[in-house]
Amino acid sequence: MDLVRQRRLVALGVTGALLLAALLAAVSIGAVALAPSGVLASVLHRVGVQAGNPLSPMESGILFDLRLPRVVLAALVGGMLAVAGASYQGVFRNPLADPYLLGAAAGAGLGATVVIAYSPNGSGPAGLPVLPVAAFAGALTGVSLSYALGAVAARHGGGSATLLLAGVAVTAFLTAIQTVVQQANSDSLRQVYSWILGQLGAGHWDEVRLVLPYMAFSTGVLLISGRALDVLSVGDDEAITLGVHPRRVRFVVLLAASLGTASAVSVSGLIGFVGLVIPHVVRRLAGSSYRTVLPVSLLAGAAFLVLADLVARTVLSPAELPIGVVTAFVGAPFFAALLRVGGGSS
Amino acid sequence: MSAGTASRLEESAAGSDDALLEVRDLSVTLGRTPALAGVDLTAEAGTWLAVVGPNGAGKSTLLRAIAALVPGRGLRGTVRLAGQDAARMPARERARWIAFAPQVPLVPEAMSAREYVMLGRTPHRALLAAPRSADHDAVVHALGRLDLEPLADRALRTLSGGERQRAVLARALAQQPRLLLLDEPTASLDLGHAQQVLELVDTLRRDEGLTVLSSLHDLVLAGQYADRIVLLTRGRVVADGAPAEVLTAPALAEHYGVSAEVETGPGGVRVHPVRPAPAVTRRDGSS
Repeated sequence: MDLVRQRRLVALGVTGALLLAALLAAVSIGAVALAPSGVLASVLHRVGVQAGNPLSPMESGILFDLRLPRVVLAALVGGMLAVAGASYQGVFRNPLADPYLLGAAAGAGLGATVVIAYSPNGSGPAGLPVLPVAAFAGALTGVSLSYALGAVAARHGGGSATLLLAGVAVTAFLTAIQTVVQQANSDSLRQVYSWILGQLGAGHWDEVRLVLPYMAFSTGVLLISGRALDVLSVGDDEAITLGVHPRRVRFVVLLAASLGTASAVSVSGLIGFVGLVIPHVVRRLAGSSYRTVLPVSLLAGAAFLVLADLVARTVLSPAELPIGVVTAFVGAPFFAALLRVGGGSS
Repeated sequence: MSAGTASRLEESAAGSDDALLEVRDLSVTLGRTPALAGVDLTAEAGTWLAVVGPNGAGKSTLLRAIAALVPGRGLRGTVRLAGQDAARMPARERARWIAFAPQVPLVPEAMSAREYVMLGRTPHRALLAAPRSADHDAVVHALGRLDLEPLADRALRTLSGGERQRAVLARALAQQPRLLLLDEPTASLDLGHAQQVLELVDTLRRDEGLTVLSSLHDLVLAGQYADRIVLLTRGRVVADGAPAEVLTAPALAEHYGVSAEVETGPGGVRVHPVRPAPAVTRRDGSS
């Protein structure tokens, strides 16, 4: 009876199946091909279910120690960026918003550049991996600066647009510093560059464990914010007359989305396009309610980045393409086609 | 509480048996610009009160102040809803009293009319909770009252201006308020659709027991639909009463700088702007 609900359930089913297929394909394909049936049997075996013929010990090592962590990391990062992007778009009521908008990318870039330039061996006190921590801290610093600046400016009038402008200013400022550091240490240019283009090459379980708590918290908060974002879509004034506090909603959602973005960026660099485009694709195909857009974006973003990473590591094998290049190269034409199709039918 | 405040409270409670909305001594300063100065008005339950006045008189500001959309530091005076101080109500409770339709509603284009109307149920349940059957019933009722059932699952983007305005009213109705605040409900509609929308509002007012407070720049429509009219000029109330008392030719000449004839008939007061005779020097509205 309720069309919106029906569409949501269908979209969740389809993207969920797509994600499972992408995961299976991505762990099976590579320099050593693994039989998908063996992969399934081995995974089931791990969780205590005996079924079919598991992989050999050598193959099993490839699956669990090399491919699976990387694929899982791709899924986490892709899902996180997409759901954070959808949330940013809702908070700002702006289809061009993406999770890097409030200085998260510039801050993370600065943090990573400083580490690469001044601590090239990349391990810090207490064995903490320095690069992800610096990128994470940089991203959160960038967003906090933007929010503080935006809040000060908002006291003199102006709403979410002020915050966007603050993000632009902070991004420019942090990028300027990052460029200076980079120029002063041109021997590390190549490494900085490859970080900025995004990479999942070092995907280990350690990194999965590092980001999982933040991502789980962030995703959980965002997924329950769908109704609040739907109310915000009628404008701040009307949201207030419906009994909702737009600033509170905005604060909570931005906090969660930025935390998730920072954790994604910390282990993957700056993978563009996912956070901007996946929510749009979902909106076109599944409806615009944030109750639908948020969870479906999570699944679709995860599937998309798993497939993009598969392309990145197989096309020029044994060399790897930067995954940010793949997301844009595959994603942009697909998106353009969708705009055309959607534009024709509506 | 001072003795003066207490006696004022008693006085207003005593004199307001049927007053759903009482605004007392309301002043609003936006930035450094005074927008409203000492506005008093009363809306009896179940009636239609129209706020009229020339451009920039403060009509929208008055409605926004009643809807608690004006920042507190620029606001003085009281707004009471059935005797309760609206400023002290939690936002959600206030939202169950007042529904507000702004002059230019921000319509989420891809949202279906049904989803949009469901947003009106927001103050009736916890923000994160799923709609209950009472919510669905209220939405179906509102869609039905505004003849939107056939359009319920269409995206708002595909609706005409008049249909969208009905969707906005349906959302306000689903909110089940006591007071409906409409800021220029006919601003973007042609004459025919304007009349249809106001007829609908009037029907809802009667059938659902709503009190309506609307700003209307169109004096012809104000004279025909309002039970009572408040004439606002430069942030002050200069006339308040039945349409025939407020919309007089001298008052219109003074406050609007318009030359008009006014006649009273079965449909209410009819205002006819008439081109000034060539011999009369043009009024510039500064008198």
